[in-house]
Amino acid sequence: MDFNIYDFTSFTTWVHNALTSSMSPGWAMFVELAIVGVVFIAFYAVIGLYLVYAERKVCALIQNRKGPNRVGPFGLLQTIADLFKLLMKELIYIKNADKFLFNLAPFIVIIASFMAIAALPFAKGLHAIDLNIGIFYLFAVSSLGVIGILLAGWSSNSKYSLIGAIRSGAQVVSYELSVGLALLSIVIFSGSMQLSTIVESQANGWWIIKGHIPAIISFLIFLVASTAETNRGPFDLAEAESELTAGFHTEYSGIKFAFFFLAEYMNMFIVAAIAATVFLGGWMPFHIPGLDGMNHVMDYIPPFVWFMGKTAFIIFIMMWFKWTFPRLRIDQLLKLEWKYLLPLNLMNIVLIAFIVLMGWYIK
Amino acid sequence: MELNQLMFFLLAGLILFFSVLAITSRKILRAAIYLLTVLIATSGLYFMLNYEFMAAVQLTLYAGGIVVLIIFSILLTSHISHKFEQPALANVFAGALTGILGCGVAIWSIIKFPFVTTTQPALVVDMKVVGTQLMNTGDYGYALPFEVISVLLLAAMIAAIIIAKKGN
Repeated sequence: MDFNIYDFTSFTTWVHNALTSSMSPGWAMFVELAIVGVVFIAFYAVIGLYLVYAERKVCALIQNRKGPNRVGPFGLLQTIADLFKLLMKELIYIKNADKFLFNLAPFIVIIASFMAIAALPFAKGLHAIDLNIGIFYLFAVSSLGVIGILLAGWSSNSKYSLIGAIRSGAQVVSYELSVGLALLSIVIFSGSMQLSTIVESQANGWWIIKGHIPAIISFLIFLVASTAETNRGPFDLAEAESELTAGFHTEYSGIKFAFFFLAEYMNMFIVAAIAATVFLGGWMPFHIPGLDGMNHVMDYIPPFVWFMGKTAFIIFIMMWFKWTFPRLRIDQLLKLEWKYLLPLNLMNIVLIAFIVLMGWYIK
Repeated sequence: MELNQLMFFLLAGLILFFSVLAITSRKILRAAIYLLTVLIATSGLYFMLNYEFMAAVQLTLYAGGIVVLIIFSILLTSHISHKFEQPALANVFAGALTGILGCGVAIWSIIKFPFVTTTQPALVVDMKVVGTQLMNTGDYGYALPFEVISVLLLAAMIAAIIIAKKGN
C-alpha cells in the first residue's frame, strides 16, 4: 500500500486496483461508490456537528461569553449530546399537513448539499468526481436546496412557515445570480470550469492575488451573496425567529428539524469551500514565485490542511457577519441584490474580460 | 445486463412513472414535485452520455429555475387544501388522443432516423467549443438565435415590469 499525504492519487489507484483484481468491474464500481458515500456521510456528520460547536464558540467570543464549556474538554462533546437529544425527540405530525411533501422536504435539502459536496477537491487526488464543468455543476446543484425549503414552508400548512418559505424563495432566486456571476469571473481568469484545472492554475499564486482588484471585488460579492444564499444572518429572513417563530421549519421537530439545521451548516461549509477553491487556491499551498525557500516550507503543510484551513477562515468570516450585523428587511435585501450587487457584478465581468484580453494580470 | 443498460432502464422508468404521476395527480404542488423528478432523471440521462454540460444546464434551468418558479407561484396562489376536480371525460379522451399521436410521431421519427453505431470512445465536450459555437455567425453558429432570444426576453421583462407597475 502506497499512502502519501501530499498526493492521494497513488492511494486511490491502489484502492481501485485492489477492488478490480478481486471482483468484476461493475461490482468494483459499486463498492467504490458505496465507500465514497460512507466517507461523505461520516464527513458530513463530523463537520456538521463541529460547525455548530464553532458557531456557538464564535458567537460567545463576539458576545464576550464562554460558550459551551461543560460537556467534555472545552465543551467539545456538547453538540454530540445535542444530536442524541434530537434523535430521541418525538416526531410531531401535523394533522392538516401534506404528509408526503412534509416528510420529503428535509431530504431534498440534504440531498442537494450532498450532491454539491461530491464535486469538491479536498486535496490532490482526493476528489470524488472531477467534472469538466465543475463550477457550473456546483452552481446547478446548489440551486436545488431551495426547493426543499419551499416545500417545507407550504406543506406545513402554517402561516409562519409559508411566509418564511416565500421570503427564502425570493432571496435565493435573486442571490443565485450574484453567486454565479462572481464565480464566472474566475472562470474567465483561469479559462476553465474544471475545478482541478482551476486549482492547478493557482500554483504560482491564488486568483485573489493574481487577479488583483476585480478578483477582490468578485470575492467580496461572492461572500455576501453566498451568505444570503445559505439563508444565514444577516440574511436569515426565512427563519427570522423574532417575527416568524422559526420560519420554514417551525413545524418540524426531532431529527427532521436536525436535517434542516445540519444542511444549513453544510451549505455554509460548501460555499466556503467553493470560495476557498476558486479564490484562495483550494488545496494549493501559498507560493510566491522566486522565494523558493519559503515555497518549500509551505509545501510541507499537507494540501488537506491548506484546504480545511482556508475553508475554516471563510466560515469564520461568515459567522462574524452573522453575529455583527442586524437582520435586513426584505425590501433592503432585494434592493441590495438588484440595485447594487448585480450591476456591480456585471460591470466587474466586463472589466475582467478586458483585463484578461489585455493581459493585465499576474500570469 | 450491463450496468449501463440497467442505469438507462432505471432512469427511463423513473421518467415514465413520474410523468404519468405528474399529470394524474390532483394536488398541484405534488404534480410540480413529480415534474421535478422527471427533469432530474433526464439530467441523469445526460450524465450517462458524458454530456455533463447539458446535464448541468438541465439542472440549473429546469430543476433549479423553472420548477422553483412554478413552486413559487403555487405558494403565492394556491392553498394546501385545494384539490383539482376530475376533468370531464371528453377532455381526458382528447388529451389521451393528442398524447398518443405525439408519442407516435416521436417514435416514428426515432425509428426512421439512421443511427450510426460506432466503437470509438466518447468525445469530451469542450466548453470552449460550445462557447465559440454559440457566438458564431458562420455555419452551425447560434449568434442569430441567441440575439433573437435575448430580444424576446427583454420584451418579456419589460412587459412584466409594466404589469407589475399597474397604471402609472
